[in-house]
Parts: sequence; structure tokens; C-alpha cells
Amino acid sequence: MNDLADGYVTADGRQIGPVVMEMKNITLRFGGVEAIKDISFDIRQGEIRAIIGPNGAGKSSMLNVISGFYVPQDGEVWYQGSRRAPMKPYEVAQQGIARTFQNIALFEGMSVLDNVMTGRLTNMKIGMFWQSIWKGKAEREETENREVAEKIIDFLEIQAIRKTPVSRLSYGLKKRVELARALAAEPSILLLDEPMAGMNVEEKEDMSRFILDVNDEFGTTIALIEHDMGVVMDLSDRVVVMDYGKKIGDGTPHEVRNNQDVIDAYLGVAHD
Amino acid sequence: MFYREAGDFSTSYPEDSQTFPIKFDRYRYYLVLFTAIVIIPFFINDYWVNSLFLPFLIYAIAAIGLNILVGYCGQVSLGTGGFMAVGAYACYKLMTSFPDVSMVILVLLSGLITALVGVIFGLPSLRIKGFYLAVATLAAQFFLVWLFNRVPWFYNYSASGQISAPERTFFGIEISGPNTQAWATYLFCLMFVIASAYVARNLTRGSMGRKWMAIRDMDIAAEIIGVNPLRAKLTAFAVSSFFIGISGALFFAIYLGAVEVGEVFGIQKSFLVLFMIIIGGLGSIFGSFAGAAFLVLLPVALKIVGVDWLGWPTDIVAHLQLVIVGGLIIVFLIAEPHGLAQLWRVAKEKLRLWPFPH
Repeated sequence: MNDLADGYVTADGRQIGPVVMEMKNITLRFGGVEAIKDISFDIRQGEIRAIIGPNGAGKSSMLNVISGFYVPQDGEVWYQGSRRAPMKPYEVAQQGIARTFQNIALFEGMSVLDNVMTGRLTNMKIGMFWQSIWKGKAEREETENREVAEKIIDFLEIQAIRKTPVSRLSYGLKKRVELARALAAEPSILLLDEPMAGMNVEEKEDMSRFILDVNDEFGTTIALIEHDMGVVMDLSDRVVVMDYGKKIGDGTPHEVRNNQDVIDAYLGVAHD
Repeated sequence: MFYREAGDFSTSYPEDSQTFPIKFDRYRYYLVLFTAIVIIPFFINDYWVNSLFLPFLIYAIAAIGLNILVGYCGQVSLGTGGFMAVGAYACYKLMTSFPDVSMVILVLLSGLITALVGVIFGLPSLRIKGFYLAVATLAAQFFLVWLFNRVPWFYNYSASGQISAPERTFFGIEISGPNTQAWATYLFCLMFVIASAYVARNLTRGSMGRKWMAIRDMDIAAEIIGVNPLRAKLTAFAVSSFFIGISGALFFAIYLGAVEVGEVFGIQKSFLVLFMIIIGGLGSIFGSFAGAAFLVLLPVALKIVGVDWLGWPTDIVAHLQLVIVGGLIIVFLIAEPHGLAQLWRVAKEKLRLWPFPH
């Protein structure tokens, strides 16, 4: 079913598009340690793709390869039909790939609105001269981007804290603001590194709803790392399972759940 | 009660993001501008201009410049004195080479030359951070002062090794040289201060400022949202040095008239401007003004109180000033790292509710 080039419709009626990003035989080493060993998988347009695995499996390294922090020693990253040359993280961002971090990485000295507006920076191109005059071009550009930012702020229901400094917010809200910042860039692929780490059930439910809504409403392709199996199984269309830097499973949540290697990795296996 | 914002509603995004969104603030700002431009020039004399107004205005520009680099972009610099010297010597060379060109253009050109020098010395910021960067900029400070001392071309081979400003006019009124009028030099500097504050505010509130602040708060996250760290840091160095160069040019041409580089633009100057923004408030344009005003006013006030009223010896008062400034730096760093600007912000927040805080 995954071989269909133009996408397919899932059992519950979700439209999945063609492949937008493909990782081919990625190998990443730190000195003698192989964090990722010869892994290949793809991400399709409009799907929610989960990457799971026990601690130290190389999930975050994989995300860092996609977002340009690490350059793999071997392998190719294909994005939108062409091979991606090794590039800096900011160049990856300019290509329309946004991400959030496992540990919150917001700009603590700025307000929520300013943080969300930083997500629009790749779209703001007015030169320094016009910015220093402000009236006219710069103000117009600011207003246009503010409108997009406000749309995201509305969407994630953080209007009330718009002008609050980020440092005053609670953990759950900070996570949401970070999602808002990533969404403000209107990315084609959104990478979420443990979006629900450290949250209680209610906050997890909120966050899950937002992730599904984002996928639904904006058609954003989402790749996420998550430890909560319930969440992963409910949200994702396809799951990659990693263990010790190797891929041990790939498929729908149902397929992965019944994969013997995956069960062994999570529950342990008797060695004799 | 004093501070009303009832009935102030923003109905558009530009209105919401203006510099003074509260009407009361806006009127106060216009009042200050009006006083500075229209009223003060009629009442100042040489003493007040030279001991208070000119140093305040010129240091305010330098503080705005350094604040952009340190307060907004988070790159510590101890090279302010050196960059001011670049502005001063650039202005001197330009004034003597092009006697017919308007001083406004020459001062702006001095700023641009300083911006170029700033970018060159900003290059290490890509690789090094924090204290190490401070030390690298310290090298700029000493190198530049040495350069202007040792290469006679910079001071036109004058016998004393000093540079002195030739007489220049602006719209027929003398603004440099020995025969200037107090109000003319004041207004000439004020013009640059207003323009600098306006430009600095616009740059820091827009996308450029967000890039700088993103680099300051978390450079990895800044890169992931698409900020090119090299460009962001170098533009911060350029803009910062541009303002500092302008202040150096004014300091030399309008305020002092004659300069010996080691004495005027030494390491003390770098620290003085750094103290201004620490006391005034890092990452705030208003803080730059507050810090400059504070450190310019303090010696004058101490002299009036200590020497004129209490009759203490001058040297004791001078030393007392050092003690007070040193103590204040420590107090501010511990108690209020965001300086006078933050105190002002807190006071405003209190005043919004006063006298019914609940």
C-alpha cells in the first residue's frame, strides 16, 4: 500500500499524499559511537509520522539530521524530489521545515507575541534602510506578518497571554507557544521533539488536539517523537521504530504493535 | 489616577505596536521633545552645555549604540572607546580633506566608516562568546588607540599628535571651533540624538531587532527558525558601531574640539558607556538615555553638593564618585539587572493601579 506514488487513502478516510522527504541509508557517527546505523524511511505529504524507540535509540539525532544540526557521514536526504546538499539549520528553516525542541527553546527575554513573530522572520525581507524609517514598507510588512501570527495565536488559544513575557508562563503554555512559533513559519514539514514530555493527561489531550487540528486545517506534514504509546498509536498514520540506532519497524500503528522485534525492544527478550 | 489608560483601545496592528501605545505616555513624550527643541535652547549657557547637555546627548548616542550590541544582541563589547576614536579620527580626516561638505554628511560618513571597522572586529563573535569575546573586543580597543597614536597620517602630522577640529558652520552658524554658541552645538547634537533614537527604536522593534534578541536569548533556537547567525551578529556590530562612531565624531568635533586619543578614548571610556547601559537598562532605548543622564549628572550633582555646599576638598569628592558608581554597579547587577528602565517600568505598572491596587 505504501508503494503508491501519488498517495492513498487510509482506512479511516485520511488523504495521504506523495513522499515529500526521504532519508536514504543515513549513518551518523560521533567518534566511535554510531548513533544512527543505515536508516531509511520516508515522510509523505499530509501524514503524521511518528518516530519512537527506547531512550538512546537515536530518535533526536534523526530529527537533528533532518533539521540540519548534524551532517550524516553517509546517506542522502531527499526533500521535495531533489537531493539536499548539506546545509545549515537556518537554510533548512528557509526551505520550510520548522521544529520544536525536547527542552523548551523559547526566547525568554521576549513576549509571547514577539516569540511567535520570530517564526515569521524567514518571510520578512525588508531591508535595514526601510526598517529604520519604519513608516511605509516596514510597517506594512510587519502588519501582514502580524496577521498571520495572530491567526496562529487564535488557533492555539493563547490570545490572553499575547503580551506576557515568556519567562512568566507555565511549562504547558511554553510548549504551546513554542508550537505557535514553529507554526507561524507556515512550514511544509513540522518536526516535534517530544511535544508532550512532562505534561499531565489534560495538557496531553490539549496538545494532541492541537496537533491533529494543525494537520487537518493547514495540511501540515508532521513528524514527531513521542514516548507516550497511547498518544502515538492514536495520532500517527505511520510509525518508525528505532532501537540502538537501527530501524526495527516501520508501518501503521497496528503493524508496528504486532511486530516481534518491536515487542522485544520494548519489553526485553530472553538471551540464551 | 495619574496614569490613565482607560479608553485607549487599539483598533489596528500598527496602533497596537506603536512606541507609546498609551495616550498619556505619548503626550509626555511630545512634551519632552518640545521642551528639548524649543524651550531649552533659550535658557542654556556655556556652562550647562559643556558640563551637562553635550556630554549627556553624545553619551546617549554611544549608549544606544552599545545597547544594540550588548543589550539586544547579547555580544559583550569593551571596544567602545576605540570605536568612538575611529569616529573622531574619521571625522577629523574628513573635515580637513573636504572642508566644503556639510557637517551632517561628514558625521554620518564617520559613522559608516566606524560601522565597517566594527564589522571587522565583530568577525570573531562567530566563534567566541561571552568573556572571550569581551577580551577580543578589548584587543580592538588597545589596537585602535595605538594605531591613532602611532600613525601620523591620522593626525595630519601635527607636532603635538593631537587632532583639533577646524571651524565649520551649519546653515551659516558655527558649530565647531572656538567661537561656537551654546544653543547651536546643543541643537546640532540634539538632532543626531533624536534621529538615532528613532532609528534604533525602529530597528529593534522590527524583524531586525527580533533577530538580534533571538540570538541573544538562545542562538541555537534562533538558527532553527531561520536566523543566519553570522549576518545577525555582524549587522548588530555594524549598527552599534555606526552610532558609536557618530557619538565619537560629535564628541571630538562639537564637544571637545581637540583630542588626545589615549586620554579621551581610552579603556575608561569603554567602561563608562558599559556602566551607562548596565545602570540604565540592557535592551532598552530609554535605559540608554537614563544611564547616560545618570552618569553625566552624578559628578555634577556631587560637585555641587560636596564642593559647593559642604566645602569638601575636590579630590575627595572625585574619589567618592568612583566609590558610588562602583557600588551602584554592584547593586544594580544584583538587585535589578534590567536597570533604571525596569524600575521605570515597574513604577508605571504601579501607577496604572494607584491608588486602588486591587
